[in-house]
Amino acid sequence: MTIELRIDGVPIEVEDGATVLDALQLAGLDTPTLCYGPNLTPVNACRVCMVEVEGSRTLVPACSRPAEPDMVVSTNTDRVRHSRRLVLEFLASSVDLSVAPGVGAWLDEYGAEPSRFGADRATVGQPVKVQDDLYIRDYAKCILCYKCVEACGVDAQNTFAISVAGRGFEATISTEFDVALPDSACVYCGNCIGVCPTGALMFKTEFDMRENGTWDEDRQTVTETICSFCGVGCSLELFVQDNRIVKVLSPLDHDVTDGHLCIKGRFGWEHIQ
Amino acid sequence: MWGSNAREAHPIFFHHLLKGVHNGARLYAVDPRRTASAAWADVWLGIDVGADIAVANAVGREIIAHDLHNAEFIARATTGFEAYAAAMQPYTLDYAEQISGVPAEVIGGLARDYATAGTAQLCWTLGITEHRSATDNVLALINLALLTGHVGRWGSGLVPIRGQNNVQGGGDMGALPDKLPGFQSVEDDELRGKFEAQWGAPVPPDKGWHLSLMFEAMDRGDLRALYIIGENPAQAEADAAHARERLAGLDFMVVQDIFLTRTAQMADVVFPAAAAWAETEGTVTNSERRVQRVRKALDPPGEARDDIAIVSALAKRMGHDWGYPTAEELWDELRSLSPMHAGMSYRRLEALRGLQWPCRDEEDPGSPFLHGRLWAEDPAERGRPAPFTPVEWIPPADELTTEYPLRLTTGRRLDSYNTGVQSGGYSSPRRHGESLDLDPEDAAALGVEDGDRVRVISRRGSVEAPVRLVRGLRPGLAFMTPHFPDDVDVNSLTIDVWDPKSGTAEFKATAVRVEKVG
Amino acid sequence: MDIQLLADRPTAEERAAVDEVLGPPVSSWDGARQRRPVDEHVAFGGSAARAGRHLLLPALHALQDAIGAVSRGGLNYICERLTIPPAEAYGVAAFYHLLTVDAPGTPVAYVCDDIACRGAGVADLLGELDAGREDGTRIETSPCLGQCHAGSAAYVHRPGVPAHRVGVAPASAPGVLGALRGNAPAQAGAIPVPQPVTDRRVLRRVGAVDPASLDSYREHGGYAALAWAVERGPEEIVAEVEASRLMGRGGAAFPAGVKWRAVAGQPGPRYVICNADESEPGTFKDRVLLEYDPFAVIEAMTIAGLAVGAATGYLYIRGEYPLAEERLRAALDQARHAGLLGPVSMSGMFDFDIEIRRGGGAYICGEETALFNSIEGYRGEPRQKPPFPTEAGLFSRPTLVNNVETLVNVLDIVSEGGAAYAATGTESSTGTKLFCLSRDIATPGVYEFPFGITLGDVLEAAGGVTGELAAVLVGGAAGSFIGPDRLDTPLTFEGARAAGISLGSGVVMPFAVGTDFADITRRIAAFFEEETCGQCVPCRVGVVRQGEALGRLTTGRSRTDEVALIDDIARAMRDASICGLGHTASGAIQSAIALDLIGVS
Repeated sequence: MTIELRIDGVPIEVEDGATVLDALQLAGLDTPTLCYGPNLTPVNACRVCMVEVEGSRTLVPACSRPAEPDMVVSTNTDRVRHSRRLVLEFLASSVDLSVAPGVGAWLDEYGAEPSRFGADRATVGQPVKVQDDLYIRDYAKCILCYKCVEACGVDAQNTFAISVAGRGFEATISTEFDVALPDSACVYCGNCIGVCPTGALMFKTEFDMRENGTWDEDRQTVTETICSFCGVGCSLELFVQDNRIVKVLSPLDHDVTDGHLCIKGRFGWEHIQ
Repeated sequence: MWGSNAREAHPIFFHHLLKGVHNGARLYAVDPRRTASAAWADVWLGIDVGADIAVANAVGREIIAHDLHNAEFIARATTGFEAYAAAMQPYTLDYAEQISGVPAEVIGGLARDYATAGTAQLCWTLGITEHRSATDNVLALINLALLTGHVGRWGSGLVPIRGQNNVQGGGDMGALPDKLPGFQSVEDDELRGKFEAQWGAPVPPDKGWHLSLMFEAMDRGDLRALYIIGENPAQAEADAAHARERLAGLDFMVVQDIFLTRTAQMADVVFPAAAAWAETEGTVTNSERRVQRVRKALDPPGEARDDIAIVSALAKRMGHDWGYPTAEELWDELRSLSPMHAGMSYRRLEALRGLQWPCRDEEDPGSPFLHGRLWAEDPAERGRPAPFTPVEWIPPADELTTEYPLRLTTGRRLDSYNTGVQSGGYSSPRRHGESLDLDPEDAAALGVEDGDRVRVISRRGSVEAPVRLVRGLRPGLAFMTPHFPDDVDVNSLTIDVWDPKSGTAEFKATAVRVEKVG
Repeated sequence: MDIQLLADRPTAEERAAVDEVLGPPVSSWDGARQRRPVDEHVAFGGSAARAGRHLLLPALHALQDAIGAVSRGGLNYICERLTIPPAEAYGVAAFYHLLTVDAPGTPVAYVCDDIACRGAGVADLLGELDAGREDGTRIETSPCLGQCHAGSAAYVHRPGVPAHRVGVAPASAPGVLGALRGNAPAQAGAIPVPQPVTDRRVLRRVGAVDPASLDSYREHGGYAALAWAVERGPEEIVAEVEASRLMGRGGAAFPAGVKWRAVAGQPGPRYVICNADESEPGTFKDRVLLEYDPFAVIEAMTIAGLAVGAATGYLYIRGEYPLAEERLRAALDQARHAGLLGPVSMSGMFDFDIEIRRGGGAYICGEETALFNSIEGYRGEPRQKPPFPTEAGLFSRPTLVNNVETLVNVLDIVSEGGAAYAATGTESSTGTKLFCLSRDIATPGVYEFPFGITLGDVLEAAGGVTGELAAVLVGGAAGSFIGPDRLDTPLTFEGARAAGISLGSGVVMPFAVGTDFADITRRIAAFFEEETCGQCVPCRVGVVRQGEALGRLTTGRSRTDEVALIDDIARAMRDASICGLGHTASGAIQSAIALDLIGVS
């Protein structure tokens, strides 16, 4: 079964069950997304993918809204651009997005000026949490997209070591009572790192290399191979710089892993360094 | 899940399983320990170690007694049902309760839920196979699948989860005493002839020894030289001290490994090898028979070479110049000889991110599940019916006595792997080193507290370790892992009594006593 | 589920408090201290063990009530009992302002400093309380406590078994300090319903009926509507509600009949929810109904359950309404005892019962989808719609959610017939409406008028504005200010729409000339900063940026561009927020700016 809808006046056909975002991608439109992940349930929290849908009072999040027959979707209206611009400004004015892939281009595209909220605006700035040798948490870079919570939770790992705690602007990602990770339920699968869109969660290797100025993506190769630690056959993407592994991800669309790994696959490569 | 702690040993498989749980699947866990996996189960059946066959047989008997077996499937696709049913008669729920400790009605509940489920799978790992009755344990589960028709259908099946990334591939490639690649019998002249023609050399027509038989052959002096590739038997074998003695008695031993393991230290010659998964090209085959590409991401250190280079160089020294074939060239030769791999070109493996065998030609999408033929209408297509194989329960070999009153069982922890050769390299915040996991009641009886050091003594050896008090055990049941053999040589405790059919030793059932140190 | 608990164990007191809600544990795997022999070989877990998640908030309240805090050991114990990962339970606990997480438990007084009670008095009161409070007690400020007619209010919680939970309004320092020590509140003031009973319909039993007596309720015509409903059956009830053209009174003004029809047409199980989480600043009408006519709410919910085919109803009551909760609990017991709940045995039998769920101090939980999450034991964050509650609401099942006032209207609709009901009011706004008058008005209270009355007439009926009128806030913090030149605006749904305002929850709050609107609007901005759940970016950051811009605007640090900036922020919040909180968070501020009410202070 397919559905036909119109996107910016152009008819697009998608499979039944597809989202508006799927249709936008099919139409070749670059849509900013942050909280969306193809391997996660949409939480539609970041609101940067908003589009206008005829008949809808408010804008609609493309990532989670199912496409409907004859839906009329607009992506380039003043309303949509305004909304995307403001959301990007809200984020860039409160969060350190310096290492978030893609965001710089969107800020330009939508003419965002985060500085217009004043120099004394509130931010989520705070010290980096370095509690072990595997990964760091820099919540000054956290946009509260819930992806780490989902990956730690029902969408993948089902460990539920972290949750959003508190409320409003003060809300944070937290373990129970904010105990340090090694004391929490965290099993160090690193699936939170794999889905983090802003670099708030980062391999300790990458963090250290960035700190001492040696992180250089231009010198990195990415090689897909298979993990050696059990018989499940998880696909690994080895990021290698100067013949050393610097981080490990898994392809999001791989049907063995759905992009998720365990501690051994994610971090268990020191023995060949 | 029967005898599997996939939550820790196969975490990503468990992700898939939990998707089913979240979709409403009912999960039973049969395991002596209430593991992290069992904690997810709707029902945990905490059997005593080694009671598997008694419980499985009682489940079978109960299914038949309630007329919940799939008579149509049994009639059409199986043989030996009558004999099976008769053999199950003694295995009443009460008898199974007596042996396993699990209440009869709970076992009955498993029987009814398994039989009446629309689709159902039996998943297992070493909890089933590291017993002297390993093969019988598996057969007892296969019987249940045949009884209910939970086999050969999408969503139903028998799922042994492989413990290592290429243990399946090793078997597929003929690393078995009686098989050539593609499970083709070495004793079949026609099949063997095909390989001889390709290789231009005769292939010995007799089946060889499996690991346990090799070790016995060492005792007899029939096996005097050994070439070991990527295995650490000096620490991984049951009754490890005995295994080391046997290895030490060899005339000549070559070890090819990425590290100077305990075994390599005993070798006459060591070939430093590249790490297959990140420093070489090739394929591995996972638990679901999916052949997947491994690729070279790093240059190996020092003089380490990849396995193909080492074997080729060795062949050349022996007077056979094979050149230096690429992994793909070797794979293509394999495809030409093994029909079930024929359709798996590197191009397809890469494009599809792997294919599941059998995959007979380049149009074949591969096989997500096996044994579908059993459901075919056409008898010719259905082929040879699947036999019921009644099996009898026997207790573990290492008897519990007043001198050795505790049952020690072994398994893996999440962040470590086997003898720790690879996993020991990284620093896991959750790792606490080896310990003797005990139930608090046992600890109290011994007068020890969490962290106290104890000596664990079996009929074969003894080790020292700190005690860790855990939930998930019960009085009389203790747990250790093989992950830190340099610190705590747990396999010096285990027994090397092995299953005559598979050659696997009974790692899961050791009788020990524990003494407080100091 | 392989949850990992912290090492902290519960005290006997904490165990007892949690067990009071959950019942005693059976298996050592679920928190029993003694291991039974069978526990060595069997554990039941899985989805059945996780099914009690909806008891999380009640269990957290039980801890808070008993010891004044959600302690580590106590939280651990709840998690063990309900199979909830501690981080999730912590995330839920830390969401609610009435739960004290990981701090010593103390008696605490929450003192309203919101727009109706705001003024010189609050600062003085807070000063006196701070000076007079005993060590080991806390004084906190609070958003509107729904006691606006009194002009000052406090909600006091003193932990214990049972906890001492009381509202103090009007709030004097001795009264609040006494309550902190465990004293019963002084004699409650007069019921804030100034109109004569002959002018009231929905409110007609308030003050007349004994809220503690089912018999009294019956003497006042109670349960006649249910009897009628049982006789006529679900289809006819729904038809009457449709015919009445009743519009929801919670703020969104959605046609009730459409909801009832939709839920009734969905496959079961279905649920009914009475939204009694009245939290819109300036609103206290539902509290009056709940406190003074609790059986009416229960009867109306029962009719709703019968009409849509639901066996379970949830009454989600604001945590700061202890008296209403107490009276409802007592009323539920009586109704069950009389066969009017549980198995309802009237001329026809059907199953319907009601569970009370106490809110935890979160305005957002009045949003229906946030309310679902709150009941289910998750953080009270709204869900994206669609799907709508009528299809996938509580526990993802079809759910009818109505506000207290809406439901109580159903009694008359059922008794009189929908058409007769619709004869009152206007074509598009049928029946009567409750209005909450407070602040600068001669006789504050809840008033009931047939739809059609103008704003000016409402103010007049309440004795007129005290002082010269500067503006009226209609609809609460989520509403908007309108000027004295528009007193002829009819307070109907269509009239409000035409005037570009919303009736919201029926707040009519006049402000006299001389009001510090800079302070009032900053308070409104702060309200949204405190109450946004934080889930979606436009609202989470937008309300903060709005507050900052308003702060600059009203403190004279900058006037250029701030108005345009606020408009930009408002537009994004309105267009892109998930729920109504973000959509409406700028309305009052923008309207105050448009009326040029805001000076520099």
